Amino acid sequence: MNIRQYGLCVLLAVASNSIAAVPERSISPGHYLALAADCAACHTAEKGTPFAGGLKMDTPIGAIYSTNITPDAQTGIGQYSYQDFARALREGKARNGHYLYPAMPYTAFSKFDDQQLHDLYTYFTQEVPAVRQENRKSDIPWPLNIRWPLWVWNMMFHDDERYLNDPLKSAEWNRGAWLVMAPGHCGSCHTPRGIAMQEKGLDHNDSAYLSGGTINGWHAPDLRGNNVRGLGSWTQQDIINFLKTGQNDRTMAFGSMADVVQQSTQHLTPADLSAIAVFLKSLPPGKFSSSPASEDYAEAQYPGAALYQDNCAACHRSDGRGYTHTFPALASNPALLGDDPSSLVSMILHGGRAAVTERALTGMRMPGFGWRLTDEQVAELSNYVRNSWGNQASEVTAEQVKKLRKGE
Amino acid sequence: MNTIKHRPVDVVIVGFGWTGALMARELAETGLNILALERGEQRDTWPDFAYPRITDELTYGIRLKLFQNPARETVTVRHTSADHALPYRRFGSFLPGNGVGGAGVHWNGMLWRPRETDLKMHSTVTERYGASTIPADMTLQDYPVSYQELEPFFEKFEKICGTAGQAGNLRGETVAGGNPFEAPRRAPYPTKPLKQQYAGQLFARAAESLGYSPFPIPAANCTEAWKNPYGVQLGVCNYCGFCERFGCFNGSKASPQSTILPSLRQFSNFSLRTQAQVLRINTDASGKKATGVTWVDEQGVQHEQPADLVILSAFQLHNVRLLLLSGIGKPYNAQSGEGVVGRNYAYQMNGSLNLFFGEKHNFNPFAASGVTGTFIDDFNAGNFDQSGLGFIGGATIGAATSGGRPIQQMPLPAASPQWGSGWKKSIKQHYLHTMTIGSSGSVMPYKQCYLDLDPTYKDVHGQPLLRMTFDWQPNELKMTQFMQGKAEQIARVMGAQQVESGFMKPGDHYDVRPYQSTHTTGGTVMGDNPKNSVVNKYLQSWDVHNLFVLGASVFPQNLAYNPTGIVCATALWAAHAIRTQYFAQPGPLVQA
Repeated sequence: MNIRQYGLCVLLAVASNSIAAVPERSISPGHYLALAADCAACHTAEKGTPFAGGLKMDTPIGAIYSTNITPDAQTGIGQYSYQDFARALREGKARNGHYLYPAMPYTAFSKFDDQQLHDLYTYFTQEVPAVRQENRKSDIPWPLNIRWPLWVWNMMFHDDERYLNDPLKSAEWNRGAWLVMAPGHCGSCHTPRGIAMQEKGLDHNDSAYLSGGTINGWHAPDLRGNNVRGLGSWTQQDIINFLKTGQNDRTMAFGSMADVVQQSTQHLTPADLSAIAVFLKSLPPGKFSSSPASEDYAEAQYPGAALYQDNCAACHRSDGRGYTHTFPALASNPALLGDDPSSLVSMILHGGRAAVTERALTGMRMPGFGWRLTDEQVAELSNYVRNSWGNQASEVTAEQVKKLRKGE
Repeated sequence: MNTIKHRPVDVVIVGFGWTGALMARELAETGLNILALERGEQRDTWPDFAYPRITDELTYGIRLKLFQNPARETVTVRHTSADHALPYRRFGSFLPGNGVGGAGVHWNGMLWRPRETDLKMHSTVTERYGASTIPADMTLQDYPVSYQELEPFFEKFEKICGTAGQAGNLRGETVAGGNPFEAPRRAPYPTKPLKQQYAGQLFARAAESLGYSPFPIPAANCTEAWKNPYGVQLGVCNYCGFCERFGCFNGSKASPQSTILPSLRQFSNFSLRTQAQVLRINTDASGKKATGVTWVDEQGVQHEQPADLVILSAFQLHNVRLLLLSGIGKPYNAQSGEGVVGRNYAYQMNGSLNLFFGEKHNFNPFAASGVTGTFIDDFNAGNFDQSGLGFIGGATIGAATSGGRPIQQMPLPAASPQWGSGWKKSIKQHYLHTMTIGSSGSVMPYKQCYLDLDPTYKDVHGQPLLRMTFDWQPNELKMTQFMQGKAEQIARVMGAQQVESGFMKPGDHYDVRPYQSTHTTGGTVMGDNPKNSVVNKYLQSWDVHNLFVLGASVFPQNLAYNPTGIVCATALWAAHAIRTQYFAQPGPLVQA
């Protein structure tokens, strides 16, 4: 549009005394599922073309790189039949027969039904533009890079079954459960992992399911009903607002959850967000084994108090309550109070940023303080935050901080 | 030299401070292709203003990291046209901004609306005191736009900033606690007033006892969680004491960064090029239509950017200089009084008293924002009877505390030692127990105060520098003397042990060294005809209809109030006129 054309619009609008109607954006069912499953998050490299792969993911045995899932015939999934596609998503097997690493959440995606997989297939083969970009080989050394033993892993930890509707629960609950377990694959981060990196629970029948997990120095908090460490004190609306905008009256998404909200959950329909909230609020508290401090630290003489005043209180305030939608409250913030303090420590060391969403576009940042605080100081500060203003959590050590600083 | 020619855009914006950012955001909704060119660096709240690095007074306050670098471009200054102007090699009296956000990054945040009479100053003085009271050399004139026309745009800008304050006149009803002289406003301030410090409270009590009407300073410094009309969430002020000369680290002081840029990023039809210094605005053969701009990048490569509409939104001094360098509008000639570009340069006349109280009074100056304090408007122009006083204009008087920084904000009695253990002892004795009363006064325009191109000195690109010819005139010196009397009267009631004056005296000259204010105004003033102005009431050039000039350069004279309120409201007003009138029918919006 140039100035002349725009001018014409102004004249027409003035003449008809109306504002031009903006058409509702509507997307295909497959596109919606791809958003809900946040496929772009892993299958797009930093500043790369969407779905062309190449994102580096560190594993204990070496880095792996996500693959090109655009419909390019040579380098992408252009030659995949629907059967090939379905097998990859449900069984974790590529078209050429090799096993996918379970970084690909096929244990979750097996809960898609045929119609849903057809929709996704249509989206990825007909709507997504083809991009020629070779897949990158993993950095895992021989012999660990041999993939056939994954067959054993699958035997032990994967059951290829669709989502089973629970007739005793409401349709909304079932929709929420399916969204969380299947496309949302929330357990990938929020469920603790076992010795073989398997999720310790794949659905609500297991008390470890969504009870909190740690990836790359960030702890994805407990989403179960515990009042302190979980979502027990959150309302359904708190959950809906959080997923829609990246923030609610209490807190803000940070770490990789900010990306999840930006790229995925903000695009979900109000009905689906509500269903997710209903399901999450139905999860009872999990089990705990921590020994929190017996006193409240929110007094000047405790270690960490002066550090808190100097570094944190300017924004989060001396009462730890922050300001709504601006500086998240630290008091009663479940993300900081899990047995695993990684998120709090990483946030102090590296800082963080809020999600930028359609309804919350500011994207406030917290600067990192790692350059000016020692491991001991970060530990003292973390203990102060985790045990003040009613907060109760286990002791953080300088050794833990040292490891997180090194990226271990 | 080779010039890279770019594809045309619909709108090119020259300078990306407050007015450039506001114009970009207002026009972005049209879907037109908009390019902003900013000569300085890219800057954002994070990482550039991140706590605690930004609270470094030496780097930012003394070495002036965020400001224009005078080694590359400066102004030359002289007192009268008989003097030889010399280049200003270290900015002191005023501090032009540089980089994204411009001076909107490092201001204190005083956000005023003018009163109705401020915009009709010539008519008001003539009606009340007679035309003969206006000195022959004073080129006073009315704004061509009324307060009523601008009111919705003041409201909008206050909402953009999450402005904190206490209304004094809500739709004609006087509201207790606010400024009773305020022009009627449709809406209260978006957020509650900033907290008052002890200095402000003490001042308020004394002013009240003398029959004056104290009120909290209106502040573009958000005090509650606030989402502005562009959908941007502001922070909440924490009184850190690092406003002026610093970027705000927690997004509470309004700046283009904290109020506009997050929303502008959503528009793919807008782009910003930093380190792009515009050398001139190009016109076609007729000289009546702008064709775009020529700019130079950080490597020294020249670029030509064609555009259908040019928005000149650089700092006041640069707006004037760019018009002169581009040959747009007739340059002002002080001898003949003809011409308009560079005419009516004005400044602000400030004065202050330091009040030393002794140990019983603790002022805690470090817990402050740029705008914490109390003012009275009883002696602002038009608010009191000026018959026989012998001056035109007026001032606000107030007690503002903007911080207690270690280098610049520790006033000591003149007799104190300047260094060593005696100095330390004196700091200890006075730091917590001292406050300041300030007066911020208007400056009228004069035939002999103007801006033109310097015949001798050039900038880093080989273009002539702007030359400032300015000195204090008897009217302003008389005005500030009057204000000193009023301020001292209040100080006496407050009971300070010792009062030291920093007001100018008759015969004083403009000193470019101590900081006074960055409120330089005029040079491309707005008016009702091309003989007395460069732009019409919509800030549109009389000579080149597809050129709009925004900023304090359009002020016909300077008020007692800080300029940002009018600067930004008139920018929004111009944006509205461009969207609703100019685009429909490109051409002059006012017939000359």
